[in-house]
Amino acid sequence: MKVVGLSGSKVGSKTRTAMDATLKELKENYPETEVTLIDLAEYDVQFSDGRNYWEYEGDTKYVTETIMDAEAIIIGTPIFQASIPATLKNIFDLLPERAFEGKIVSIIVTAGTSKHYLIAEQQLKPILSYMKAQIVQSYVFIEEKDFYRKEIINDDVIFRIQRLVEDTVVLTETFAKIREVKEAEYGF
Amino acid sequence: MGMEKYRIDPSKGLEFGIYTLGDHLANPYTGKRISPQQRLQEIIEIAKLAEQAGVDFISVGESHQEYFTTQAHSVVLAAIAQATEKIKIGSSSTIISTSDPVRVYEDFATIDLISNGRAEIIAGRASRVGLFELLGYDLRDYEELFEEKFELLLEINENEVVNWNGQFRAPLKNAKVLPRPKEGSMPIWRAVGGTPASAIKAGYQGVPMALAMLGGPASYFKQSIDAYRDALTRRGLDPTDFPVATTGFFYTAETTQQALSEYYPHINEGMKRTNGRGFAKQLFAQGADQRSIMNVGSPQQVIEKILYQHEQFGHQRYMAQMDFGGVPFDRIKRNIDIIGTEILPAIKKYTAIVEGGKE
Repeated sequence: MKVVGLSGSKVGSKTRTAMDATLKELKENYPETEVTLIDLAEYDVQFSDGRNYWEYEGDTKYVTETIMDAEAIIIGTPIFQASIPATLKNIFDLLPERAFEGKIVSIIVTAGTSKHYLIAEQQLKPILSYMKAQIVQSYVFIEEKDFYRKEIINDDVIFRIQRLVEDTVVLTETFAKIREVKEAEYGF
Repeated sequence: MGMEKYRIDPSKGLEFGIYTLGDHLANPYTGKRISPQQRLQEIIEIAKLAEQAGVDFISVGESHQEYFTTQAHSVVLAAIAQATEKIKIGSSSTIISTSDPVRVYEDFATIDLISNGRAEIIAGRASRVGLFELLGYDLRDYEELFEEKFELLLEINENEVVNWNGQFRAPLKNAKVLPRPKEGSMPIWRAVGGTPASAIKAGYQGVPMALAMLGGPASYFKQSIDAYRDALTRRGLDPTDFPVATTGFFYTAETTQQALSEYYPHINEGMKRTNGRGFAKQLFAQGADQRSIMNVGSPQQVIEKILYQHEQFGHQRYMAQMDFGGVPFDRIKRNIDIIGTEILPAIKKYTAIVEGGKE
């Protein structure tokens, strides 16, 4: 199973810290998964200009192709100006309309205030649904106060991350099985 | 006026065409890819076989990137013109946006003369955009490049002497674009990607439309065709003067199951290479349903589907793509055989208008 962790911002450290903790859980509990972290802070991705994603070069091509090649994607995002960061939206804009068809997508949100809790529900999920993702409905919402010096200090958050990882893996395996059975029925 | 201008006689029934994008892909069953030379020669051979089978139209497209081999599609069409005698010849499509309309017209008028009046142009704006960079165009001009150059192409077709000014080409002053086609002008179609928004533009322009249909229900594409004819009417034109062509995947074998099973790996693997991702098996399996526009199935199934589409669309030409994704030549040949012996006779029988009789 190929899982990509997508850290969606170039700013700050909370989302990356949360992604590191998540992928650590994933690797420890599901060692057979192939895990790739894409931290958008480390890549120079250009803005979508309408090309097909594989027609870009360099980082843009690498990032989009790696995402398209994954069976599951764990998106980590901060909340900027009451919305998702432009860096993350640009990834969606670079991909085709039904890019997440047959893929499982789960969400981790970091935010400065609890007032941002529903942003993922109202702004990120509709995009993922439009792109045909199978969304892990419960997301992990982590606040400023849960971090200290680039560590998660609230154990309750780790507990929720563990559940998110488990849900992501179980759903991915389940959908793979459903597809297998369904495709076998076609007989070709 | 009717459709004579576009060399279409609706009373003879639905025209059947074969088109290729000139893709150059490995056969997924063997993992092997034939040489570009062999692929080009086989395309010319397909045209000859199609003509023998009674197919009305053959066309070749241009895609300027890896996994394609007919970048110089007009050269291939000239070879087809020489190798055949009666089949109509066209492009599917000519990317007018990144070409000089004068040169395109010179090429196709020449093909028209070589072929004794059989050439047509289907002009499109490219679904793969590799050629913009290769040929030195800015993708940001995608729309305007097409509209301006397509209009110039139409103008050259209508007028022997052209006076023209535009953004993307040097002005033409009392320019004669020569040679002229056999009848003075030739059919020029606008390639449309499927959505009603795009079809409407062809209607407002008052040109015949070639509609690409990759997958989905016929009812969806009917909306585009209806929108096209509405737009023609709004422009004060008569839709019965303007032919509509549809294009899509085609594959036939003894049984529908065999057709699906043989063709699927070609489509799936081929799409991965050229469109970035495979073709969903579910969507392909639904292709066997009468409502799907993909004409894959037993000869009888395909006949029923094409007739159903004709009933829905009232189109004048159907163009079949059966060589995508490295289909081996003997299978293409078998498809053309079945078209000639079973499918064409049935389609003509049910769509031609018999003099003094009923349809």
